[in-house]
Amino acid sequence: MSVLKAESLTKKVTSPEGMLTIVDEVSLDIGAGESVAIIGASGAGKSTLLALLAGLDTPTSGRVTLAGADLTALDEDGRARLRAERVGFVFQSFHLVPSLTALENVMLPLELAGRGDARAGARETLARVGLAQRTGHYPRQLSGGEQQRVALARAFVTRPAVLFADEPTGNLDTHTGEKIISLLFELNATTHTTLVLVTHDRAVAARCARQVIMDSGKLA
Amino acid sequence: MVLAMRTLMREWKSGELGVLVLAITVAVAALTGVGFLVDRIGIAVDNQAGEVLAADLRLESGQAMDDQAIVEAQRRGLRVARNTGLFSVVFNGDFNQLTSLRAVSPNYPLRGKVMLSNEPFGTPQLATAMPARGEAWPDSRLAAALGASVGSQLSIGASTFKVTRILISRPDQGATFLELAPSLILNEQDLDATQLVQPGSRIRRAQLFAGERQDIAVFKKWLEANKKPAEEIEDVEDSAPQIKSAIDRSARFLSIASLVAALLCAIAVAMAARRYVHRHLDSVALLKTLGATRGFTLSVSLSQLLIIGLAAAILGSAIGFGAQAWLVKVLQGWLRGDLPPPSLAPLGVGFLTAVAVLGGCALPPLLQLSRTPALRVLRRDVGPPPPLVIFAFGPALLAIAFLIWWVVRDVRIFVAFVVGLAAFMLVVAFAGWLLVKLTTRLRGGVGVSWRYGIANLGRRRTESIVQLSAFALGIMMLLVLTVVRNDLLSDWRRSLPADTPNFFFINIPSDQPDEFAQFLEQRGAERVRVRPMVRARMTHINGRDVESISFGTPRGRGFAMRDQNITWTSELNRDNEIMAGKWFAPEDAGKPLVSVSTEYFEELKLKLGDTLQFDVAGETVTATVSSVRKVKWDSFQPNFFLIFAPGLLDGTQGTYMTAVHMDAKDPKTIGDLVRRFPSVSVFNVDDLLGQVRSVIDKALAAVQSVFLFTLMAGLVVLIAAVQASREERRFESAMLRTLGARRGTVLKGLLSEFAMLGVLSGTLAATGASIAGMYIARKVLQIPWQIDPWVWFYGLAGGGSLVCLAGWLATRSVVNQPPVLTLRGS
Repeated sequence: MSVLKAESLTKKVTSPEGMLTIVDEVSLDIGAGESVAIIGASGAGKSTLLALLAGLDTPTSGRVTLAGADLTALDEDGRARLRAERVGFVFQSFHLVPSLTALENVMLPLELAGRGDARAGARETLARVGLAQRTGHYPRQLSGGEQQRVALARAFVTRPAVLFADEPTGNLDTHTGEKIISLLFELNATTHTTLVLVTHDRAVAARCARQVIMDSGKLA
Repeated sequence: MVLAMRTLMREWKSGELGVLVLAITVAVAALTGVGFLVDRIGIAVDNQAGEVLAADLRLESGQAMDDQAIVEAQRRGLRVARNTGLFSVVFNGDFNQLTSLRAVSPNYPLRGKVMLSNEPFGTPQLATAMPARGEAWPDSRLAAALGASVGSQLSIGASTFKVTRILISRPDQGATFLELAPSLILNEQDLDATQLVQPGSRIRRAQLFAGERQDIAVFKKWLEANKKPAEEIEDVEDSAPQIKSAIDRSARFLSIASLVAALLCAIAVAMAARRYVHRHLDSVALLKTLGATRGFTLSVSLSQLLIIGLAAAILGSAIGFGAQAWLVKVLQGWLRGDLPPPSLAPLGVGFLTAVAVLGGCALPPLLQLSRTPALRVLRRDVGPPPPLVIFAFGPALLAIAFLIWWVVRDVRIFVAFVVGLAAFMLVVAFAGWLLVKLTTRLRGGVGVSWRYGIANLGRRRTESIVQLSAFALGIMMLLVLTVVRNDLLSDWRRSLPADTPNFFFINIPSDQPDEFAQFLEQRGAERVRVRPMVRARMTHINGRDVESISFGTPRGRGFAMRDQNITWTSELNRDNEIMAGKWFAPEDAGKPLVSVSTEYFEELKLKLGDTLQFDVAGETVTATVSSVRKVKWDSFQPNFFLIFAPGLLDGTQGTYMTAVHMDAKDPKTIGDLVRRFPSVSVFNVDDLLGQVRSVIDKALAAVQSVFLFTLMAGLVVLIAAVQASREERRFESAMLRTLGARRGTVLKGLLSEFAMLGVLSGTLAATGASIAGMYIARKVLQIPWQIDPWVWFYGLAGGGSLVCLAGWLATRSVVNQPPVLTLRGS
């Protein structure tokens, strides 16, 4: 059953050289529980496609359906509500809120989705990523690997329908990166979440059930 | 320069240049606003120096004067005039008002001009003659209070006068500031008919002299040798410096208040400059990679700084000029007549402020920026080498010290201000730190928006404390000047017993005291005690001429040299307490004994048993100090520094006075009284307090206006801090939205941060204002102090909403950041 579907998705932007097409008529259908890697060279349009699929950006034309909802028909706040309920994110630069502790960062999506007992849920998820002892630490007090584990906990804590990961190991050394990817796939397996992962690392992409290659805004 | 101009235009949109301009504009506006006002008053005082006395030389006395000096002056070819001043109630129908009357001779004034109009506060026209007999010229305030206009009939004592013109200004009306009571000019030949002048009445008579400077100098010497002891000589050299120094003191106070605003702006400039540098590290590194020298990058920054400084100084001075016009309007009715236009000198202060603030707070970080190594293009973690502490903070401290010195110009005040401000800011900052720390602990128990807001306060703790202190200072000053002041005044009024006298009557003729008391008692006054009152001047202490004794303080000298009101009685008032010696016993009647107040006793360094010699209406009276009384002066009962034993002065010609509590809502009572006893001067305490209050209100309104600049400076600091954290906030906002936060949730988070900041500032301000109120109540007014919930309400609600609004204006665009920013990196 399809959980994420893109139909003729196109994104154009204006530049001093004229109109630039970054994503060009992309159609994609991703089933529930599937893991898909979007790979391609720099500037191929991977991140823009991810932004469109997650409803972070709006397409120039085309349609995205996420968990049964037509993203293109929703307004900004409607998309935010959908993300809070059905979507998780992991970023290359971790993007934790610096003024909040690890626990508070993980509580954030639960609270934004209006779910009860955010504290207990966040504690439990942090324990699952091996950070039970670091709940009161601020991001600046954690290593890069630890920060990405907090980010993973934050992404999975709401048990999202779809998890988007944008180069999740890009800012980590190889060893730490491998551990994080293992954890990501382990959590993905146990929560049956659909995973959409953007990477240029072929080895990471190989761990996904399907790989789609982007080249000059089109799916190859 | 071309590159500087071109980039300047682009930089403008980034925000921090706007903050720089805003901060310097507010600093310049605060200092020049007060500067222009002070300058105008200063020029007025200089212009009016010769007019302060309405003459070159003035001989004044509280007693009757003979014509000896006038005859001599005329013989020497000098011009002479007379001017008699006294207080009385003036009536227009049922309206009445205590007024300072001036009965003048036809050739008054000898120096300066009397300006008149046909309506209150109307266009001034020069008076060509003084009022004819039967005419009166009330000033604008009096006419307004009485509802009188040209043609009205005014009752003064036993006479009636027709208003023919409205007095706008006269030369000797108390320099630049008005006397408390409104005034009225009438012809001196009408004075007797009013029956206001009785033997012993409180009246100031003045003989005025004018002529060539040399002739005046010689005549002054003659006067000094021939004047009577009760007569005082005043000349321009004596009075002008006193007025100047009084104005200098007020001016300095206003300038110091504006200085606080300028110093807060300096903080904002430093914040904005730091952010500017931070944002330009990459472009400077790139320019250097492309071959730009350090001198080139520096000159680009310096040119921009210069343009910004110049623009802000011009804008600030223009706003300062407008603010000054506003201040003059606030002080209208208090400042006399029209002020001359200001000089250009305050503009210099404005430009100097801009240069000092920019040079001290923005130049050092810019110098640092020019030291950014080109290597940064490859390694983003490489920045300019850290500066020596002295170069980082030295110029800012120097600039601040320079500004303070420029304003105060007095070593003692400079040190007091620096130490006082530093101590105050330290206390406020510590309290702010404590509040922020306590608040951040609360975040576990609040919702996601509030937690995010409170967490931000804690994360940017230094900036939070600086903003908190700035707002707290501004709000506190405004609370003290408005709410606390009113509280204290009403508390003080409430602390007075219900039967506290509200009417004073002086100049009761010596043959009518019983009749007068009866009159009042018939109209509801209880136990009217009429006391004799006569003017006396001390001549000797223990046989030594007081002229030859040096007294430590001006007050002591005043006690010894000036006329004093004295009385005699066997009754000791409830509000008098004997501290030493014994109060008069029945057998002391007629004995040469005097009881003195503690102030008199201490200032003149007297002992019990000392003999004091007085000139009492021409008679020599010697008395021994038999007791010392502590007097509660704020009881509003008639009290005296000197009370003689009963019977001793019975034969002395004086008047009587009394103070009573009367529910005299009906103006008819006072009207009847003045018609029945025309010489009596009535002082209504409520009116007097009202007049004092209106003068204080105007003065404080000016101070409040200046403290508005402080509040504005606080807002500039907030904007600078928000600007400094703008990128962070934009990114965090985008990320929160990526995680599913709605626009409203992000906005609530931001607003909760500012609301908390405002509420904390308000808490601090209300605490400070309450402590100040408690101190004044207990130590100065000695009344019980009670907490006023309104101080807290205004502080918290005002602070919260003001900071919230400013914060929202400064960050509203942050909320609209698209979540896709998170994928593009910070």
